[in-house]
Amino acid sequence: MSSAPPVRQSTKPLRIVACIKQVPKAEELQVDPKTQTLKRVGVPSEINPPDANALEIALSLKDRHGAEVTVLSMGPTSFDEALERAVAMGADRAVLLTDRILGGSDTVPTAYALSETITHLGGYDLILCGEETTDASTGHVGPGIAGHLGIPQITYVSELLLEDGGVRARRTAEDGTEWWRARMPCLATVNFGCNSPRDPSLTGKIRVKRGGLVTHRSCADVGIDPTKVGLLNSPTIVAKVDTVRLPSRTGKVFRGDPKEAVRQLLEALRADRVILP
Amino acid sequence: MTSAHVLEDRSHFRGVWVFLEPRKGGLRDVSVQLIGEARRIADRRGAPLTGILPGHRVGDMARHAIGYGLDRVLVVDHPYLEIYRSRPFTSVMAQLIRRHKPEIVFFGASKNGRDLGGRLHAVLETGLAADCVKFDLDADGNLDMIRPSFGGKSLAHILCKKHRPQMASVRRNVFVAPRHDPTRTGEIVPENVELSEADLDVNLIEFKEFTREGGLKPDEARVVVAGGFGLGGPEAFGMLQELADLLGGALAASRKAVDSGWVPKTLQVGQTGMTVRPEAYVAVGISGAVQHLAGMQESRRIVVLNADPKAPLFEIADYGIVGDLFEVVPEMIRQLKASRVAGGARPLGALAAAP
Repeated sequence: MSSAPPVRQSTKPLRIVACIKQVPKAEELQVDPKTQTLKRVGVPSEINPPDANALEIALSLKDRHGAEVTVLSMGPTSFDEALERAVAMGADRAVLLTDRILGGSDTVPTAYALSETITHLGGYDLILCGEETTDASTGHVGPGIAGHLGIPQITYVSELLLEDGGVRARRTAEDGTEWWRARMPCLATVNFGCNSPRDPSLTGKIRVKRGGLVTHRSCADVGIDPTKVGLLNSPTIVAKVDTVRLPSRTGKVFRGDPKEAVRQLLEALRADRVILP
Repeated sequence: MTSAHVLEDRSHFRGVWVFLEPRKGGLRDVSVQLIGEARRIADRRGAPLTGILPGHRVGDMARHAIGYGLDRVLVVDHPYLEIYRSRPFTSVMAQLIRRHKPEIVFFGASKNGRDLGGRLHAVLETGLAADCVKFDLDADGNLDMIRPSFGGKSLAHILCKKHRPQMASVRRNVFVAPRHDPTRTGEIVPENVELSEADLDVNLIEFKEFTREGGLKPDEARVVVAGGFGLGGPEAFGMLQELADLLGGALAASRKAVDSGWVPKTLQVGQTGMTVRPEAYVAVGISGAVQHLAGMQESRRIVVLNADPKAPLFEIADYGIVGDLFEVVPEMIRQLKASRVAGGARPLGALAAAP
């Protein structure tokens, strides 16, 4: 791994980069009972919810300590919607890395391209990402960025405090809560649902309207090696997609008088030996 | 950063590895569950199966792990590996992979496993498929890594053709742990790796174990009673707990119920929560967003209680009741209690594994 970037100088304001992705609204996605496929048409987009929790941590650090919060995303220009919302919530600026040659990138080129862009943007103390996206749900990009940049990482964080030029973060593990310390610069991935992301403010919306706070970069602008990104340079490919055949279910549904419906249900469960008679 | 890694010749890469995650003096259950599936893939490839165990004073654990079906365990015993940290564990795995060139590496998708895999695949610049539920081999011998795509309604076949090793993670309870054979023999190979104090770039300053509030955990219980947004508020979870207790089960919840702050996230079933596959999953007031299905559709029996007959979850229900939940659930509790008093039903949880 490369030598770590220099330790931050405390005289400058804290520089935070929050990485976000725009995803289809998860709770709006339901299966069409007739076609057994996802209803995708007309599904609105949102900031990937765990990324919104990461952004909220960035903005509350800004409230408490003063910080420059840059929001970064990679994707098509339709992602401007999420970036504008992030600025309206209180981020100082937003940058979209957008380029045709990035299309089809898996998590390896994505982590590479985002880390190159973060470096290109001119230094950082803290990088925040959501724990995973609700559409691809790998959770690989955050740790991948930290790996590329050679900086400390703390994943699955619910709370993050600044302390003596470093961070102190509460991580939720399977069997307990861990408190970790790391120096800056470092990266943290943030637990879904650990806070309530603020709504865009009126002044924030006005700042967006004035323009200039959401800007675009191409791979050439950043100096991204085109032979390392895109579908063809991604280690993984999706070879095919099968529709899941769920085990056939008997689907005995009872209605009417609750007393009778419950009696029938329990009887059926006993007959099926789900409850032993 | 590290060397680009489009690898010289794929045929140099041989063998199947499983990352063995130490946790409090034992192996994490998902690591053990993985050994069975990895054995199957290794046998089909005609290749040895190796466990990788970084840790400190883990010799006994390595010998024990052999019994689950490994041919050998590479042990990296170092005081810097006493607890899991991203950088030293990534460094250990990267050094060993470059040294021995395995064809396939499996990880448990625990918090630490994902933390490690995500960093490692970027450092090695190779493919990593998350949360696989099934593996196969294609005609060229590539690992076919099968994972649910959005919300579990479809399955994506992921291939990593040009890069090695092929890496994949698996959530707990997707595979069943193999039986332990204490008489099985295998090789324990101590490995040296370079680690420095600078690798300890994060420090654990406090650990507070979750207290089990007497109840079963949803991903360990044989019956799960899960509540959703249709319950209207946190109060209703009291009656669900009672129902769960009567059925010998555990309480769980949908994301919307967790999101609304009614119950803690530790109870959440679904894509951003737990995966469960109990004998019976009783969904109360859960409409059935696809991301919820991803966490429970493998349950043997699905029982749906909902006021809305159009709730999508009825589509995959074995049994269900359409009705007012505040009438149906108390009535279920009453009748279950009555049959118990009559010397009747054993709870569902007492049922042995069904075919």
